[in-house]
Amino acid sequence: MRKNFLKFSVKDSLFTGLIALALFGPIVGLRTVAKNEILIVQPKWLIVILIVAVCAIGRFLINLYVFKRDQKLGNQSTIGKSIGNFLDTKGTQIAISAIIFSVIFPFLPFTDRYLMDIAIMMLTYIMLGWGLNIVIGLAGLLDLGYVAFYAVGAYSYALFAIHFGWSFWICLPLAGIFAAMFGVLLGFPVLRLRGDYLAIVTLAFGEMIRILLLNWYELTKGPDGLTGIPRPSFFGLPFKSFPDEGEQTFHTFFGLEYNPMQRIIFLYYLILVLALITNLFTIKIRKLPIGRAWEALREDEIACKSLGVNPRNTKLTAFAIGAMFGGFAGSFFATRQAFISPESFTFIESAIIVAIVVLGGMGSQTGVVLSTVFLIGLIEVFRDFESYRMIAFGGAMVLIMIFRPRGILATRKPTIILNNKD
Amino acid sequence: MDLAYFLQQLINGITLGSVYGLIAIGYTMVYGIIGMINFAHGDIFMVGAFVALISFIIFALTSIALPIVLLLTLLIAMVFTACYGWTVEKLAYKPLRKSFRLAPLISALGMSIVLQNYVQAAQGARIKTLQPVIQGGFTFMEDTGFTVSLSYLQIFIVLVTIFLMAIFTILITRTALGRAQRACEQDRTMTALMGINVDRTISITFIIGSSLASVAGMMFVMYYGVIDFYIGFLAGIKAFTAAVLGGIGSIPGAMLGGLLIGLIEVFWSGYISIEYKDIAAFTVLVVVLIFFPTGFLGKPDIEKV
Repeated sequence: MRKNFLKFSVKDSLFTGLIALALFGPIVGLRTVAKNEILIVQPKWLIVILIVAVCAIGRFLINLYVFKRDQKLGNQSTIGKSIGNFLDTKGTQIAISAIIFSVIFPFLPFTDRYLMDIAIMMLTYIMLGWGLNIVIGLAGLLDLGYVAFYAVGAYSYALFAIHFGWSFWICLPLAGIFAAMFGVLLGFPVLRLRGDYLAIVTLAFGEMIRILLLNWYELTKGPDGLTGIPRPSFFGLPFKSFPDEGEQTFHTFFGLEYNPMQRIIFLYYLILVLALITNLFTIKIRKLPIGRAWEALREDEIACKSLGVNPRNTKLTAFAIGAMFGGFAGSFFATRQAFISPESFTFIESAIIVAIVVLGGMGSQTGVVLSTVFLIGLIEVFRDFESYRMIAFGGAMVLIMIFRPRGILATRKPTIILNNKD
Repeated sequence: MDLAYFLQQLINGITLGSVYGLIAIGYTMVYGIIGMINFAHGDIFMVGAFVALISFIIFALTSIALPIVLLLTLLIAMVFTACYGWTVEKLAYKPLRKSFRLAPLISALGMSIVLQNYVQAAQGARIKTLQPVIQGGFTFMEDTGFTVSLSYLQIFIVLVTIFLMAIFTILITRTALGRAQRACEQDRTMTALMGINVDRTISITFIIGSSLASVAGMMFVMYYGVIDFYIGFLAGIKAFTAAVLGGIGSIPGAMLGGLLIGLIEVFWSGYISIEYKDIAAFTVLVVVLIFFPTGFLGKPDIEKV
């Protein structure tokens, strides 16, 4: 038995090595390089041999130490479960301390411009994740084109602000309404479709919006993008070092020294508040009939229909509300960057937001925060390894689906429990 | 002039349609057998194009005759790309057979990101240009002011597609493997009880789909002469549209859908607007899915409680 097993393991790892050679041999081993405008092949055999050896030996070790025992690979799920339980029991305290931490974060001694920028970016993604969580997590509609609403929000904010000169606080709700209208417009025809068809159609819509932005030059300036988007002001007080004649700015009004960090801190609080509003809204709406209908629809559409829930309208509300928060986040993005172009709204952005929601555990608000910190942190730390970090990112999506298909925090609490004795 | 222009678009459309049709078969077969959209299939096509490109570059250094080069490249691309299809299925989809419905789709999305960035890391982000492999062709209707040309390459592409389709149809309708596949489509549990290795049948489905996609990749790199690591995304969506248009799950439907999508795209860019040519395919996708979800040759999908 033992000997047979060893023989099998050796054979199996040799086979793995062969497959690895076939996979990595041509693509990694024969790099095509342009030389004098003609492609030539640069062999890189050393790295292929290395990868193949790692695959074969790794497979052999896995055979010996993991598959030999009959026990199942059950350890991964207990970690997530214990995190989940911990968050369930201590949930409120953790949430409050996280909020307090994020409120005092800008004034901590180690906080500098770089950290603030990352924090603002993370909060933007958290907000997008929370917005998409309404669509994916609560209503169970896989939307692969969420970035379209983000783009609609950003562009409508930018166009309103540039052409009409309206202030941030007027443009923000307008951008949200615009994005929600787009959500209804796009959602109306497609929401009858089943899960995976819906995913592909939303993806197609996302791409259509991007192509439209790229080619409608008169309105969007195409690939050049929109520049000179007005910065937000603190209730009418702009952040400027040199105010115009007779104009009051933030620092003169409060009698402070001018400091460019003031604007960054203001932006930080702005997105923090927007994100928290999104979260609060989601928590509250879950307890309303519409929120209950979303979750019921996610679990069983036919049962819902027979109980008199109108699936189309219910899904459409989820789509529109999710889109609205995407639009809010988009207008924040536009005002923060002061420059937007279709480059910022590619499919990969949608994939990142979907990954945030899925990794965190669909429907879990805390999970979104955890996975955003993890994923955006990962992307930020490996900034210099562009494609490697995306390989890790895609690989993480696959692994999570295999080992924790309901996300890191998969302990989904029922929203309502009948009051029985146990 | 008008007729000549139309004829030229028709020729180009059929060529492009052959490429889309070959990719669409992979989508439709996988959907038929395990009911998932293999989102990474477009990137398998891209890998196939890269393998073919590398093979062409290496053969260009030797003095082997052109027909043999073409045949060898075809085989090399099919074999190596099939390995990718097989591995992707084993790693990312097989563990998820019993998972919830959207899990394989998300996993496929992850796999697509992995493949794109892996090729980008290994081969560089720059576009790759291949010198034309097959040159020359026929021209006719020269007197009308617009010369219609039919290149040897286009003839080659269409002929190879027809040839592969013929072999493939025989494989599905006449052999034991084809019967096993059709049985798996209907009921996997019953098929397993009848003594058919379901896992192996699914693996073979992925291998066939990937090798056909690699042929499409080879033709793409020969036809356009320019590829990069991102071509799989758009080509994948268009081929998926083709599969849906023809009726997902139906193999003749995939070919028909591919031809139609190729023609729609070419005529759209020839007569309406070239900037919005990708929107044409997306619009077709949306319209078909909403009003016509079974496609031309598909079976209606009845939901049972």
